[in-house]
Amino acid sequence: MRLTLGKITIKGLDFGSATRVENGKLFVNKEELVALIREDSRVASAEVFLARPGESVRIVPVKDVIEPRVKVEGPGNIFPGFIGKLDPVGSGRTHVLQGAAVVTTGKIVGFQEGIIDMTGPGAQFTPFSQTFNVVVKVEPVAGLHQHDHENVVRMAGFKAAAYIGEAGRNTAPDTEEVYEWPSLAEAMTKHPGLPKVAYVYMLQTQGLLHDTYVYGVDAKRIIPTLISPTEVFDGAIVSGNCVSACDKNPTYVHLNQPIITELFKRHGKDYNFVGVIITNENVTLADKERSSNYTSRLAEMLGVDAAIVSEEGFGNPDADLVMNCRKLEQKGIKTVLVTDEYAGRDGSSQSLADTTPEANAVITAGNANETIVLPKLDTLIGHIDVVDVIAGGFSGSLRPDGTIEVEIQALTGATSEVGFIKLTAKGM
Amino acid sequence: MSKLRVVHYLNQFFGQIGGEDKADTAPLKKDGVVGPGMALNGAFKGEAEIVGTVICGDSHFAENMDADLSQIIGFIKEYKPDLVVAGPAFNAGRYGTACGAVAEAVQAQLGIPAVTGMYVENPGTDMYKKAVYIVSTPDSAVGMRDAVPKMAALALKLAKNQSVTPEEDHYISRGIRKNFFAEEIGARRAVDMLVAKLAGKPFTTELPMPAFDRVPPNPAIKDITKATIALVTSGGIVPKGNPDHIESSSASKYGKYSLAGVTDLTAETHATAHGGYDPVYANEDADRVLPVDVMRDLEKEGKIGKLHEFWYATVGNGTAVASAAKFGRSIAEDLKAAGVHAVIVTST
Repeated sequence: MRLTLGKITIKGLDFGSATRVENGKLFVNKEELVALIREDSRVASAEVFLARPGESVRIVPVKDVIEPRVKVEGPGNIFPGFIGKLDPVGSGRTHVLQGAAVVTTGKIVGFQEGIIDMTGPGAQFTPFSQTFNVVVKVEPVAGLHQHDHENVVRMAGFKAAAYIGEAGRNTAPDTEEVYEWPSLAEAMTKHPGLPKVAYVYMLQTQGLLHDTYVYGVDAKRIIPTLISPTEVFDGAIVSGNCVSACDKNPTYVHLNQPIITELFKRHGKDYNFVGVIITNENVTLADKERSSNYTSRLAEMLGVDAAIVSEEGFGNPDADLVMNCRKLEQKGIKTVLVTDEYAGRDGSSQSLADTTPEANAVITAGNANETIVLPKLDTLIGHIDVVDVIAGGFSGSLRPDGTIEVEIQALTGATSEVGFIKLTAKGM
Repeated sequence: MSKLRVVHYLNQFFGQIGGEDKADTAPLKKDGVVGPGMALNGAFKGEAEIVGTVICGDSHFAENMDADLSQIIGFIKEYKPDLVVAGPAFNAGRYGTACGAVAEAVQAQLGIPAVTGMYVENPGTDMYKKAVYIVSTPDSAVGMRDAVPKMAALALKLAKNQSVTPEEDHYISRGIRKNFFAEEIGARRAVDMLVAKLAGKPFTTELPMPAFDRVPPNPAIKDITKATIALVTSGGIVPKGNPDHIESSSASKYGKYSLAGVTDLTAETHATAHGGYDPVYANEDADRVLPVDVMRDLEKEGKIGKLHEFWYATVGNGTAVASAAKFGRSIAEDLKAAGVHAVIVTST
């Protein structure tokens, strides 16, 4: 499998009469986009806003962030299982509007959505303060069940990103990256003498607003399996998931999977990167045992010497992380874990809900309980009144003067457990 | 700038009163330096000066901790210090405990920084490392020359409100997690660590695994048909409207609610405040998380004595273990006072 990612650098954003890219500036036809989203009869209203880096704009509650991409050559289309046909993706050519993002918002579904500030102290904690955001605000028709409400907003985001991605179809990319993923037979004989490594990619699958989808399948219904990194870059894995938005992977982060990207950089030099194993984080013990057993079994069948294991979420999935670590290490497979911490607002509590002595190589994305005061910003997109109840907020989070005190767990992507950001923590 | 005023705390031995035979010495104070205070003063290099020394016998302190502590704090306060140094205590257990207690009380009651020094295995280290800065010292007084300059340097930094780290300032990590921005993204750091681990090269984990408390279970109830049983949940089941505003994540409190006359929880009366699981099924029927209906059945059938008249609820989602332990202690005291025999704790 060979995938070329043609990256078109987006340096500006505005509304325009046609959705297109011109000299690095993305123009969006608002009416066309609204009409597309309103095709879903479950949508009562749809609005589109723009939020650029540095602007005094706050977006809340954020459900997903999605990078516009378009499949230019090769089978399939972006977000298979949700948009278009279900052909397998991951080969040919895909164009990326790098620097642009679709952000979905609208009235709260659960308590779990996030905040994006485009400026101020909050902006340094969310990577999506740096993207040119097309914000889609979707309100569902009355009486819709919560699961359907979530689905409506999620689908609106994918449709918007695919629609905007089309603007890159005939635009010449600024840079190109080529990713090769050989057959297993070939991978095993390549780079003799180098240790073999895999990536164990844990997907959040705990229910409403905690779900992740693979080719349209709810990942809580999979047993661990292999996926090609190039499929991930083409949107085979998408988010339905923004609980405690700091450490959930928006679709944007799946598309730009940082651990896979970094593993490619030293592939063939320091190790032979031979596999990506996706697994889930279901809530029952039997599921946890089954998935961790099979994750370590797949790693064993691949014959890898080491693996990076990344968690998505905290608390309950700490048990999955620890099981994966222990079972891999017991098979002699060295592990590096990537997680974040819930050490209390003062940082003095224990960070994880489960532990194992084998977990001696851990990367942390920081303590999500640390609080931050966000200033009042000029423009608000969404619904500010939810700040008191979203995960990371508390009674009184929204102060009378318009400032907000929240834990950083409310900021979308602040403690990314696939290491998308630089935040970390240490013991003092 | 005038010199910072320092009070030094010592035991009877380092305070030059005597050995174990004088360990019952009651708290006393002496102006200026005593014993190791001389070296400490030198290590301050003119930036600070010991204005008084407070001394207490190790046994006396251990046996009269509350009274001695309040007297010691009183003596210290009289010197109007800017900071306090206690010890170093090396591996002396009672002395270490006293140094830790004095340093903790100084910070809490006088609002000024305090520093002590101990050997890592001194029992005082585990007791006080979270509360106070403890410079890591060798296990005996032979290490005085090593310990004193480190303690002086750390004390000066704290008095000047400068930031400190365990690595640079030689104190035993307090285990307090503090966020900062690294040079590289986490994914890059993960790959670097993987390569080091594969090659058998040294690497430092960013999160040492915590040691967990294990709570031994109580003996079984002898006659469950006579027992009063309470329901406690971390699954967030509260009266609809969440009257106490328990947070959906990182709860800062728990609620106590009456079950008088309640036989069944319904979508109209109860809901979950928890933000960490799919709430739909709990909101349809909160008995799924807090099984009041089943408990009432068991009560009616005589299989349990009775269901306690209150239930307790908090949200376990992202809630610090320290907070959870605090809620647990408080709920347990309340249940004990109410004569409850057993508790069913449900999660999500």
